[in-house]
Amino acid sequence: MSPTFSSQLRAVVRRDLDRERRSGEVVWITIPFGAIALILVQLAVGADVPVLRELGPGLYWAVVLLFGVLISVRRTTVETPAQRDLIALLGIDPAAAFAGRALASTLLLIGFEVIVGGVAVLFYDIQLSAIGWVLTALILPVAAYGMAVLGTIAGSIATRAAIGPALIPLIVAPLAVPLLLAAAESVEGLRNGTGILPWMLLMVTVDLVLSIAGVTTARPLMETQ
Amino acid sequence: MGSSVGGSRCSAPTGGGIQWWTKLGLRALATLPAMAGETLVDLRAITARVAMAQILRRVDLRIQSGTAVGIFGSNGAGKTTLLRIIGTLLPPTGGEGWVLGASLNAADRFDVRSRIGMIGHLPALYPELTLRENLQFVARVAGIAPSVADESLATVGLGNAADRAVGASSHGMLRRAEFAREIMRRPDLLLLDEPHTALDPSAVELVEHVVDGVIARNGAVIVVSHDRARVASMVHRSVELAAGVLE
Repeated sequence: MSPTFSSQLRAVVRRDLDRERRSGEVVWITIPFGAIALILVQLAVGADVPVLRELGPGLYWAVVLLFGVLISVRRTTVETPAQRDLIALLGIDPAAAFAGRALASTLLLIGFEVIVGGVAVLFYDIQLSAIGWVLTALILPVAAYGMAVLGTIAGSIATRAAIGPALIPLIVAPLAVPLLLAAAESVEGLRNGTGILPWMLLMVTVDLVLSIAGVTTARPLMETQ
Repeated sequence: MGSSVGGSRCSAPTGGGIQWWTKLGLRALATLPAMAGETLVDLRAITARVAMAQILRRVDLRIQSGTAVGIFGSNGAGKTTLLRIIGTLLPPTGGEGWVLGASLNAADRFDVRSRIGMIGHLPALYPELTLRENLQFVARVAGIAPSVADESLATVGLGNAADRAVGASSHGMLRRAEFAREIMRRPDLLLLDEPHTALDPSAVELVEHVVDGVIARNGAVIVVSHDRARVASMVHRSVELAAGVLE
């Protein structure tokens, strides 16, 4: 049987999730650190509930963005040169390798968002209507996908440029602004009942642009210098 | 400086080293298996610079199907760089070359990669996964039935260690697992970098078994080593690489 794009994509997703299942890096290290970051900020701000309610969504998304991008960056940069050579010699479609890695990171990021989101609800007293919670289920995966793609591209560039993770904040920061803004404003829209459509459209647009950028640069970023 | 290597069935390369299908742009044909007497590797005045250092200097090398070639040299001679260039993983900085009919300087080199196998210095395995899972991943990406992974592991004597994590395996076991991977993939061109490293004396037969398998399929094998005594009996011809010059 000849490999297809989807079979290669599934193989990469499965590999990355299996690796995470064994190492527990996201579950036992990144998620607790993200939760602690939110709790520490709450302690620093104090017990003023209206202030916490106001700050909560923005702080939550800032934490999700920082830790979330790290999750996807890490999945790319931990690959050894020997592993990268193997992937190249398997004749894998670079777009399938990119998409598979981004998809696995998206699933891990959704887990991160849900668990750290629970902490945010507890410590920042974030309150939404019933329909608001349902719509949150739309916001989380769209934001997670954008951050996963962004982190995967940033990790690939850092690996390709052979300068390590030092370049990553410079790549991520400007591209992450629209995602952070749209995600935070979406939750604000749910709280205030002002609607989330424009912000969702912005996030979807950013996701699409990043996806196209990731797929088209997958081959050059896979090649070693 | 140059070297032409081949068995008795060897013939001159077609079209000056460029396969006719490459000229016509018929990339799908690049995935066809090698034929007897076909030139699988054709390097002409290849040079390589890595991080300002001149690693290879005008290397000429021609290898035809059904042939195993040993490339010997001391540390830093450029053996691994040459192997990575032949494996299409590193573009040459000068000269021209063709591997399995694909130009090293053109995008069609990507199309022949799935026909190239390589076992390098360090294991290309994922430490969190078991030996079986590593091979099954390769099988899924390469379009091979994942069940073949178990057969390949049994062939190299790792049938009972298939569920062992890479991180809990010895270097010798990892080396065997890499040979299992190449047995499973059945490449037309196999590149071995110091293949005997970490293998016990009983595993030397394993290396010969894999090399013989590729040769029997009209493929070619390139073995890079500084240990001439161990490799010489496995190959049809040996060449020496010294300071980036092939002698």
